[in-house]
Amino acid sequence: MEAFLDTFFNGAVLARYAPSILQGVWVTVLLSVLIVISGIAGGSALACLRAYRIRLLSVLIVIYADIFRALPPLVLILLVFFGLPNIGILLSSFTVLYLILTLVLAAFAEEIVWAGITAVPKGQWEASRSTGLGFTQTLIWVVLPQAVRIVIPPLTNRAIAITKMTALGMVIGVPDILGQATTAQSFSANASPLMLAAIAYVFLFLPLVIFSRWLETRFAAPGV
Amino acid sequence: MTQAAQGAVAPPTLTVRGLRKSFGAEEVLKGIDLTIARSELVFVLGPSGSGKSTMLRCCNRLEEPDAGEITLEGDPVTGPKVDLNRLRLRMGMVFQAFNLYPHLSALSNVTLALRKVRRLPRAKAEALGLAALDRVGLKAKAGSYPAQLSGGQQQRVAIARALALEPSVMLFDEPTSALDPELVGDVLAVMQDMKAQGMTMLVVSHEMKFARDAADRVIFMDAGRIVEEGSPEQIFEAPQHERTETFLARFSGRG
Repeated sequence: MEAFLDTFFNGAVLARYAPSILQGVWVTVLLSVLIVISGIAGGSALACLRAYRIRLLSVLIVIYADIFRALPPLVLILLVFFGLPNIGILLSSFTVLYLILTLVLAAFAEEIVWAGITAVPKGQWEASRSTGLGFTQTLIWVVLPQAVRIVIPPLTNRAIAITKMTALGMVIGVPDILGQATTAQSFSANASPLMLAAIAYVFLFLPLVIFSRWLETRFAAPGV
Repeated sequence: MTQAAQGAVAPPTLTVRGLRKSFGAEEVLKGIDLTIARSELVFVLGPSGSGKSTMLRCCNRLEEPDAGEITLEGDPVTGPKVDLNRLRLRMGMVFQAFNLYPHLSALSNVTLALRKVRRLPRAKAEALGLAALDRVGLKAKAGSYPAQLSGGQQQRVAIARALALEPSVMLFDEPTSALDPELVGDVLAVMQDMKAQGMTMLVVSHEMKFARDAADRVIFMDAGRIVEEGSPEQIFEAPQHERTETFLARFSGRG
């Protein structure tokens, strides 16, 4: 029991490395917020473009979405971080992690929002167009507000799943929660910093998971 | 003829010439000609698949005609340089499934096009919207959402949504087919009232009694063509074509 406590809850180690892990928390939060905002915005914009059904554009969007949904994000991260310098492009590990996870979230968000747009009945388009609204006006004022209600639960779940992947930044040296914790763990030869990291993740993501559950029940009921 | 004299002064509200439409290999409309005078209520009958809904939907180009010319008060509806959205403000449409916007209140359903297409300020749009809801007897439900309204009420809001734009013609696509029988009367009463106020109306429906009471002219369509047309008395009492007779017999037998 003592060995267990000493390994996972070593008071001295916890005290020494708590500040650096707290710094990691801010990096993780900043990354997550940036990724969620730009990923969902980008994905929604692509889904809207796809609604115009311009053949070539739609094909390109589908290819992008399928590739970024198929590849493991870690592969993309390593490829970009270790590959781009060879052709003279130097990006910080923070930037690489942000870019890749944004592109991955945007790919998923595009598919989810597109599914939401196509789930809005054809009659809604017809009613709106019959009163003189144009295609874009119909998309903005009639279709998207209904699509958003449909896609909020799956989109939230996906956003949580992707932001948790900020932990992948560790392999390229991003000083996020896990990055800080593994550094501390190797200096102290003790698992307590990792335990602290786990606790930090729970505090960060549990409220989001509960929030998404609330959203699901809130939007599951037929819209009133 | 009064109609010819009128035509010299003002063009008919709606004309359709040589309208054709195919879905894939199937030709649904095989050349439709139709003229609707101002304030006329024209009722279209026909078996399902006869092309009557497609014909109606071609009038405001929700379905794109393959061939033919359509005019609204003399202005071309078909053709390359048509500002379709402007024209659609002048052609109200009412759908079988109501198609109200579920995320908007009854009033917002009615004011959306007033605000976004006619670009009226909110106060003005809401005043017109409330007046339109009042015409269909639902001013009190302005703040209700579609899910809180009965089918009949939803359809009347949908009528108000079209009416608020003060269209030159109203197109009705089986407006009562999705309603419980006891709710049909309210919708028909609103349509009767519109007729009394001089609205020009093209109605695709199976409400025979309404056709007898309110229609100026009844058109019978079958297999993509107009088989015959005439006054309600002519069509219902003395149909000239066997197909019309068979159709009406089947209907009266059902009723």
